[in-house]
Order: sequence, then structure tokens, then C-alpha cells
Amino acid sequence: MSWFRKLMPSKIRTPGGNKRSIPEGLWIKCSGCSAVLYRSELERNFDVCPKCSHHMRIGARRRLEMFFDADSIEEIGTGLEPVDILKFRDSKKYRERLSAAQKDTGEKDALVVMRGTVDGMPLVAAAFEFSFMGGSMGAVVGERFVRGINTCIDNNIPFVCFSASGGARMQEALFSLMQMAKTSVALKRLSDAGIPYISVLTDPTMGGVSASFAMLGDINIAEPKALIGFAGPRVIEQTVRETLPEGFQRSEFLLEHGAIDMIIDRREMRTNLLSILGILARKPTVTSAAG
Amino acid sequence: MNLNFLDFEQPIAELEAKIDELRYIGDDADVNISEEVSKLEAKSKALTQSIFSSLSPWQISQLARHPQRPYTMEYIVRLFTEFHELHGDRCYADDHAIIGGMARLEGMPVMIIGQQKGRDTKEKLHRNFGMARPEGYRKALRLMRLAERFRLPVLTFIDTPGAYPGIGAEERGQSEAIAKNLFVMSGLRTPVICVVIGEGGSGGALAIGIGDRTLMLQYSTYSVISPEGCASILWKSAEKAEEAAEAMGITATRLKELGLIDRIIEEPLGGAHRDVDAMAGNLKSALLEELNQLSGVSLDELVENRYKRLMAYGQFTDR
Repeated sequence: MSWFRKLMPSKIRTPGGNKRSIPEGLWIKCSGCSAVLYRSELERNFDVCPKCSHHMRIGARRRLEMFFDADSIEEIGTGLEPVDILKFRDSKKYRERLSAAQKDTGEKDALVVMRGTVDGMPLVAAAFEFSFMGGSMGAVVGERFVRGINTCIDNNIPFVCFSASGGARMQEALFSLMQMAKTSVALKRLSDAGIPYISVLTDPTMGGVSASFAMLGDINIAEPKALIGFAGPRVIEQTVRETLPEGFQRSEFLLEHGAIDMIIDRREMRTNLLSILGILARKPTVTSAAG
Repeated sequence: MNLNFLDFEQPIAELEAKIDELRYIGDDADVNISEEVSKLEAKSKALTQSIFSSLSPWQISQLARHPQRPYTMEYIVRLFTEFHELHGDRCYADDHAIIGGMARLEGMPVMIIGQQKGRDTKEKLHRNFGMARPEGYRKALRLMRLAERFRLPVLTFIDTPGAYPGIGAEERGQSEAIAKNLFVMSGLRTPVICVVIGEGGSGGALAIGIGDRTLMLQYSTYSVISPEGCASILWKSAEKAEEAAEAMGITATRLKELGLIDRIIEEPLGGAHRDVDAMAGNLKSALLEELNQLSGVSLDELVENRYKRLMAYGQFTDR
């Protein structure tokens, strides 16, 4: 580009670019209240705005590392990689979209599953990487989910899933739809084995993910103000041709309509999950679980 | 232009109109024109054959949604006896987009569940274009559980653009209703056969689509999203629907190749709407055959096989 910049008359050159003196990402603007926040402070606060309690979207790995005890983690299904069986191509090839997403996120696909302990309690947790093609569900997401559940059944330990997904991955067409069936039948087995499953719905959880395992928790929990629903708000607006009510498809709306058990602030998520799992497992009270 | 015929059917429509005209004349004239009529009929047949031998996925998706395409109820009256329709989800309402009930197939007691579209404007609205709300899926669930208790095989007929995207549907838990059906159907202790008879639209179709066999009529489609929907998201233009239909592989033939469905039921020449009785006959014999095969399987084995089937969906590499 530099030869091109030299050719450009100075009038149309925009300043900046090299001039930046502040390291990138030191300051972050809250997408809720627009307050400018210091990154490390925000991170200490679990990516929840200290001013307005807005819950920012966070990556799968960070979510799980926040949740599990340090050094207790073992990842499940790391060898799994997506394939483009349909040779799908829209304006871009699916394969290109995949490699771009893999490069951007450092993940092989949109779901990360780990086994570890939380305050000493062994369990398996899965988390969606929303920045990987909108957290869409394809065959690898389904398979990792199922392997996580099988680990739970084999070891009689609970399962937690943090969802954040736009739904099924269109580039895998009907295969992606069938992941709804695959994940649901796995959950049926988990349920038959008497093992608890907690579904945590985070912003956003839509379409095929919400219409399968995300709504099948023994306990369904949402983070505050998360967008959760089957059809997207725009699709609904176009269909019914009326303005959607305030707060439609947000966690608080779902709680009001009886779709979820509770809304929990991310900063209190770990303590609450531990307590709930402890009760379901009929474990005696552990003092540290309350703190 | 005859609106009951699709674009690519128009040449057939013109010939058929000519034949009808001749027949009309033939009825009250003395001249014998039966020879001419049969010539034209042969021509129409050959023309239909040539058009239908090379249909594109997009054309098939139009056929699956043909205005004359037979809907669930038209098969119910032809295939079954003693049909007793059962209504309501016992919670909120009776959804007219899904019909269900018990009946007999060649004497064999069965439970039927199917999406129902409407033919004229009034009926279309009544049936909500075959787009079910949560109460429809909950009615289906209730009937499946009833079937399980009394060991009736469940036959589902899939024909929907998708689950209804409405405000009330979201308020009453569309996601949960679909999810619960997947959960329960995957472990239902009775044989389940699912047939896509027209449009198999996404989660709304899958919500009555988990079973031991998935069959598709030759010109039906089954997809994660409609070609138009896919095109408007990925191509940013609904006009690319033709390409989307091609890319997604939504036809019975393609899905059979991919191992996602078990059987294709042949349609009469020109599609199911050209001869509903013949179509019903093909459907009936396919259902009887599949039911026969499944009736010999123990319930434990049935559920185990279903689990394995569902687990096999999807491809990936594992290093």
C-alpha cells in the first residue's frame, strides 16, 4: 500500500494509522452505557461493566477458564475439525469462511468443551465461541457436545453448557439441523442416567440452539438482558408487521413468561451453579461453596 | 397463464387445456375426435416426462410447495379408516396447523400427526399456512405419549415452511416446545415413521421428524432454512434462492445420497398433484412395508437403533 499512499495527494490522506500512541485495546467503550472503561479493570469484573452492569459477550475459552479451578482443565474433542462435505459456496466458499474463522478465533469450531473441577467438584462444561461464525452449530459442535455428555455419563458428573449462538450453520445444511436431534438424544441419555444438566443462556441464543439443548436444561439460567428466542426479531417483525414490545425476547421477558428458572449476574454465576449442583447431587454443605 | 401450474409446467398446461377443449367439443359434436385427443394425450405425457426428467432443485422446491400439492388430510382420508381427530394441547389451545389422531392402516391401529396447510385463502389463514405454534407441537407431544402408552406406531406427515415466527409463539415458548419434542421423540418407546410429503422446513419440521425411518416423497424438500431465507442471509438477496436451493442439497435424491433419509417414495408422472390416488397408493405400500419391518424389532432395540441413527448424523475429521 505504501507506494499508493505516496501517489495520493496529501489532501485526501487521512491522518492516524501510525500515529496511534495508546496501545490497542487498553480502553474499552461499554456497549451498554458508553462509559469508557479500563480493560484490566473490566476483565477483573468478568467483562461486566462496573458502571451499568452490562454483560459483554465473552469468548468460550475465557468463559471456561473463569469457571473452572486453575490447572484442573482437560479439553474434550480437541482433534475434531469441520469438513465441507457439501462443497458449499455462497458469496464465499464455506471452506474459506472456516479458515478465516479459525484464524480469527484460534478455535477449530464454535464450541469448546472441557472437563475439570469447580471448587473441587468435577464436572464437564461446554461454551460457545460466538465470534466463530456466529456460534453456529455444525457437525463438530454437535459431536463435541455429545462427547462432553458421554464423559459425564461415564464418570457420573454433571454437565453445564453456556450457549451463545445464532442457530444452525446453514453451510452444513440439513446436517446442521440434525445436530439438534443428535444433541437432544444425548441429553435424553444423560437425563435417564440421573445426571443434572444446567443450561446457561447468554447473549444471544437463537434458532436451532435455543430450540434444542439450550432449552432442555434441568435448570435453565440466563444472564441479564440476553437475547433468547427461536425466530430472530427481524423475521418476526416482517411476519407480523407490528413493532415488537419493549424488551421482547430478553432474559427478563423469558423469566416473566416462564421459560427460564432464573437470571443470574455473571459475577455470581459460579457460586450459584456450585450451590445448585450441590443440592441436586445431595451433597452436604461445603463452607467454601457459599463464598 | 394458469395459476394452478408452475412456470415450467405451462407448456403442459397449454396442452391439457387444448385436450379439455377438444373433449368438450367432442361431447356434443358428431365428429369423432377421440383419435386426436389420444394423440394429444400422448404428446402431453411425453412432454411431462421430458420436463420432469431434469428438474433443478429450485424447480423441485416449487413443486414441493405447488398450490395443488396434496396435503396431510388428503392422504389421511385415502390411507386410513376410523380416523378420530384429537384436539388441543390441554394447556392453551388447539393449533390448526397440526392435525393428529388415531386411525387404522389396513386394520392396524396407528397414531397420525401431520402439519396441515390450507387450500384457499380462508383455509390458509385457519391453518396458519402450516406453521405451527407451541401449542401445535405440544399437541403432537401429547399424542405421541398417548401412542407410546398404548403401543401405537406413530406416523408423522411433514409439510411446513417452518415453526411460526410470531410474538405469541415466542411468549409461549416456541423453542422449548420444539426442543421438548426432539427430546421425547428420540426416546419414544414405539415405532415412529416420518414422511416429508411437501415442504420440510427447518426446526418446525424436525419437531415431528425424529423417528426410526425418514421417508420423502420424490418431489418434496427438507432443509435447515428455506432457499429464500438462506439466500437473503448468505447472498444478501432473496433472488439468489435458486443458487441456495442448489447449494443446500434439499431434494430427496441428494439427501438419500448423503445418508440423511432412508427412502424415496416415487410420485406419479408430473408430481403428486397430478394423481393423488396413485400417490396415496405408493405412500401406503411404503408405510406398510416399513411398519412391517419395524414391528419385529423389540422396543429396547428400536430405541437403541434410533440413538445410533441420530449419532451418525454429521461428518468431521478426528485426528
